[in-house]
Amino acid sequence: MEATVTTANNDEKTWGGGDIQPLGASYGKMMMWFFIVSDALTFSGFLAAYGFSRFKFIETWPLADEVFTHFPFMHGVSAPMYYVALMTFILIFSSVTMVLAVDAGHQLKKTKVAVYMFLTIIGGLIFVGSQAWEWKNFIKGEYGAVETAGGGLLQFVDAQGNRVALEKFAVKLPEQREALTRSHGMWFVEDAETQPTYSVAEVQAGFKAHPELLIRTEQLTDKKKKTVLTRAESESRLSTAKYVVEGANLTRNEYGSKLFADFFFFITGFHGFHVFSGVIINIIIFFNVLLGTYEKRRSYEMVEKVGLYWHFVDLVWVFVFTVFYLV
Amino acid sequence: MSHEHVSNTKRIWFVFALLSVVTTVEVILGILKPESLEFNHFVGLNLLNWIFYILTIFKAYYIVWAFMHMEGEKSSLRWSVVSPVIFLVLYLLFILLTEGHYIYGVFKDSTIKWNF
Repeated sequence: MEATVTTANNDEKTWGGGDIQPLGASYGKMMMWFFIVSDALTFSGFLAAYGFSRFKFIETWPLADEVFTHFPFMHGVSAPMYYVALMTFILIFSSVTMVLAVDAGHQLKKTKVAVYMFLTIIGGLIFVGSQAWEWKNFIKGEYGAVETAGGGLLQFVDAQGNRVALEKFAVKLPEQREALTRSHGMWFVEDAETQPTYSVAEVQAGFKAHPELLIRTEQLTDKKKKTVLTRAESESRLSTAKYVVEGANLTRNEYGSKLFADFFFFITGFHGFHVFSGVIINIIIFFNVLLGTYEKRRSYEMVEKVGLYWHFVDLVWVFVFTVFYLV
Repeated sequence: MSHEHVSNTKRIWFVFALLSVVTTVEVILGILKPESLEFNHFVGLNLLNWIFYILTIFKAYYIVWAFMHMEGEKSSLRWSVVSPVIFLVLYLLFILLTEGHYIYGVFKDSTIKWNF
C-alpha cells in the first residue's frame, strides 16, 4: 500500500504537477508541448491530404499566381504574392513581440510584458482580418468560368492570352429566370444554389458574338501555363458547358479543380481558427498580467505557455504559405 | 526552471531579421520564378520547389529553436517532441504522395475519368 501513497505533492504545488519534472519542464509546459505535437500532426494530415489531391491532379491544378492577385486599394492591378507576404510578416512580427513578452516576463517587468502582449494581440487581429479579406476576394472571384458536363473548367481569354471576365462579353437574353426562392412563394422547390449572373446560353451567345475570344482549359503545358484552345476547339468545348461558375464555394470554383477551393477553405480556415483562439487566449493572459496575477506568483510562466501556442500558429503558417502560395 | 534568466533581446531581433530575409527571398523567387530553377529537376522535384522547402524547414527550425526556446530545453524533451513529428510526417507524406501519383497515372492511362 505504501507504493500508492503520493508523497511528492504535499508542498502546495499540486497544480504544478509536483516537484518531479521528468523532462526538466513543468507540468503545464510539458503538456503544452504535447498538445502542440498532436496539433502539428493534425495539420500535417491536412497538408499531406492536400498534397495527395494535388499529385492526383498534378496537370490541372490551379496556379496560385493567378488566383491570389489582390492587394488593398489596388483595383485591377495583378499583384501576386505581395499581400500574403505582408500577412506573413505581420504574423512573424507578432511572434517576435510575443517572445519579447516572454523575455520581459523572465525579468519580472510587468509593464513591458503587458505592452508586448498588447502588440501581439493587435498583430493577431490584423492577421485574422487580412485572412478574412483574402477569403472575400476568393469567394467573390474575378473573371468567372463555365463548367462542362464532364466536370472540366473552361476560362475565357482574348487573343493575347489575358483573362476576360464574363460580364465583358456575355449577352442578356430575355429567357433569364430568377432563382426560385422563399420570397417568391417557392419554398417547396427552392433552388439549391443561388443563380449566377448569366445563364449558360447567355455566355455561349456572347462567346459567339465575340470572335476574338478563346477558351483556356485547366490542362498545364510543359511551360506550366494553362492550355489555350483554337477558336474551333473552343466553340466545340463550350457547347458542352453545363454551369456558369462565379467565385468559389465548396461545390465548385472558377479557379479550377474543385478540391483546390475545398482545401483552401479548410486548411486556411482551420489555421485562422487557431489564430483566433490564440488571440482570445492572449487577451485573457494580457488581463491577468494587468491584474498582477503573475506578479504575485513571481513567475510569468503562463505567458511562456501561451507563447508556445502562439509560435506554433506562426510555425503552421510558414508551411501553409509554402504549399499554398509558393510551390 | 534551471536555465538562467538573462535577456535574449539581441538574439530575438537577430532571428527576426533572419526570418524576414528568408521570407523576402522566398517572395522574390515566387514572383520571378527563374526558368533555370523551375524547369530543372532533382529527384522528382524542381529546383525552385527544393529551395522553397529547404527555406521553410530553415524557418521552422529557427521558430522552434529560438522563439519557442527549444534550445534551452533538456534533450529528452527535445527528442520526445521533435522525433515523433518528423518520422510520422515523413511516413504520411511518403504514403499519400505515392498514392496520389498512382491515381494520377490511373486517370491518365486508363478510361476512368471519375472525378473524386
